[in-house]
Amino acid sequence: MADAKEILGLSKGSLPGGPLAAVDKRTSRAPKEASKKPEGVSREVYALTGGLPPVIPTVEQAASKRRNVLQSQKVSWQWLPFTSSARTDNLQLYHWVRAVDEVAPTGDYSFAKYNKSVEIVRYTNEEYNKHLLDMNWTRQETDQLFDLCEQFDLRFIIIADRITPPRSVEELKNRYYSAAKTIILARAAMPEDVADHTLVKDTYNMQHEVERKRSLGFMLSQSRQQEREDAEAEDETELATTVLASSASMVDQIDKSSQTTTRASSPLSLPNTVAIGGLVVTAGGNGPHVPQVCLRSALLTQMIHSTVTSIGARTIKRVDQALENLGVHVKPKVPTQAVCAQHMELRNEVLISLNLQKQVQWKETEVSVLHDNPYADIPPTPTTPKRAQRGSDHERVSIRAATLGPDVDTGERSGKREHKRKANDPPILELTYIGMNNFQLICAIFSPIGLAQFCIQLAPKFDKAGFFQQYSSRKYWQP
Amino acid sequence: MPQAVVGKKYGIKQMENAIKRVKDIEISVPIVYGTISFWLGKKADELHSHKWTVYVRSAANEDLCVVIKKVVFQLHPSFNNPTRVVEAAPFELNESGWGEFEIGITVFFHGDVGEKPLELFHHLKLYPVDESGPQSTKKPVVMEAYDEIVFNEPPEAFFARLRNYPAAVVSSHTASGTVHLSADAAVSTECMNEKRSGDTKDHPLGQWFLKHSEADELSSIAAARQQVQSQIMKLKQDLDVLETEVLQLKSSARA
Repeated sequence: MADAKEILGLSKGSLPGGPLAAVDKRTSRAPKEASKKPEGVSREVYALTGGLPPVIPTVEQAASKRRNVLQSQKVSWQWLPFTSSARTDNLQLYHWVRAVDEVAPTGDYSFAKYNKSVEIVRYTNEEYNKHLLDMNWTRQETDQLFDLCEQFDLRFIIIADRITPPRSVEELKNRYYSAAKTIILARAAMPEDVADHTLVKDTYNMQHEVERKRSLGFMLSQSRQQEREDAEAEDETELATTVLASSASMVDQIDKSSQTTTRASSPLSLPNTVAIGGLVVTAGGNGPHVPQVCLRSALLTQMIHSTVTSIGARTIKRVDQALENLGVHVKPKVPTQAVCAQHMELRNEVLISLNLQKQVQWKETEVSVLHDNPYADIPPTPTTPKRAQRGSDHERVSIRAATLGPDVDTGERSGKREHKRKANDPPILELTYIGMNNFQLICAIFSPIGLAQFCIQLAPKFDKAGFFQQYSSRKYWQP
Repeated sequence: MPQAVVGKKYGIKQMENAIKRVKDIEISVPIVYGTISFWLGKKADELHSHKWTVYVRSAANEDLCVVIKKVVFQLHPSFNNPTRVVEAAPFELNESGWGEFEIGITVFFHGDVGEKPLELFHHLKLYPVDESGPQSTKKPVVMEAYDEIVFNEPPEAFFARLRNYPAAVVSSHTASGTVHLSADAAVSTECMNEKRSGDTKDHPLGQWFLKHSEADELSSIAAARQQVQSQIMKLKQDLDVLETEVLQLKSSARA
């Protein structure tokens, strides 16, 4: 190392400066590395480090002290017998003992202090006959239970495995705790004396425990899908209960929404926020989201926004556009109750009109396809079941739709006739999908013919909510 | 034995407040809030070139102190004491300045209303929209917004007190129409006891108040609805025609 230093051109004496200032003992030795052999470190090791002592000084004081003590005493190890207070038998065991100056340590076995056990209440015959008679438990069974409790320190799971006849953990616990509590109360002179005793203070509630474990097991075994659904249902019920506590109509809504959301992908939740046709500004219609006091305009925007999730932001924009074309303020300037109600109705009607336009377009394409190829297989209307994309994103052009007033669908005006193949009766599938959302909408949009097709072919399948019954009596058209 | 909580599902939610509320009743108080600003002319100080007033008033110029306890106007931080509290009618604030900013208006209701304060925002307009010619010291720039404070299921005490307040409109959800309260002047509320009542009928700036009539809105909406409805009719007809066409084509193909 000294050679390396020479190569680097550093002189030996110039290095000790900063890092060595802390080390008092060694600094004086720093320049004299080769000549003197410092204590505690061999000469070679010292030279290895380049003549510099380590930054952290070796702990020399403690080491030297210990060695001094040890050097004066004589330590030996002896194979000696010992007894433990923890043992009940008289087994004689041996172990190695460290003896200092021929003296072995005395005292109890060092681990005996860990031999703790639970204090089990034991009853006498009289006490049993007086207090502990039970239909489900015989004397022998109770005795066995208490013995096992003592043996296994109240570890009921182990006890349950060993008891005959086999019983559930809750039953065992119930028997033990109730029995112990009775005994303690019976023995106590005054009930207040033992009121602080844990067994008396906290009673074991078997029913509750059974229920709790059952529900925990259920929750553990839930699949992720169910978990998500449950979280959603919980949020909805939370909102409902905390915001409007004392309204009876709200309670109905809560029941409805919690019931329906437990069904897989049920679109019936939020039933009233998209009630088309006659939506009035009322608290009952708005579900659990109406605050106690608010501005009318805020209420309106809230209602409009609440429809976003079911309709889709894009459609909302189209509705707004249509409103502007009609010369109506998107946000009314004078939001009185009447004005707001009218505004909502107008919005709904615009929505219906837009949907109708889409239907007409679709029909036209169908017609044109059939013209070209009467045997064409028309695939179903590619509406996805997701609520957010309820309106199909087809921007097809129809000449008929273009002649109707202000047209919102300013897609390509090329009138193209190339279409995807569609299967039979696309409106049916669209119907069934939309039908799940709101049957009123179907009646508004579809002609009696389409409605009849729906009723006859597919309604029974979707009769969960009894829609079909409502309309089965009307005879529109027989195929 | 401590009873463990069985997860959120079985948790007991505390039901709120024991205030007795009148069900199916909604009280709406129409208000107008906004600003009026006057230009102080060429001779005015640059930092105080405009004198403006921000206010909250009833749409019918009635006294609002029956409902509102106080209004807090939150001004731009460059004003000293930007939080101005107005505790008596008329709920307005006069100030002078040079810049436009958003004023936060917080409306506090009386105790028996039992609601949290309502927050509104209004942009103070000093300069007229069309930058035509010199500003006039006589004509102010008025910017008002109409809105209605809706009390849904009001507490009974509040409802009782409001029975005789002419400006509020009470509507019931079950009833088909709305019920207008009778105007009874002999009401002993705190603000009525004051010598000067808080209504804005004779407000010095009253001449500049804008009219907010719902009739225009209603008529425009009604017209729009007519149009849309006729559209819908036409579309339905078209759909029927197309439907029959489709069936025809299909049956002729299969036949």
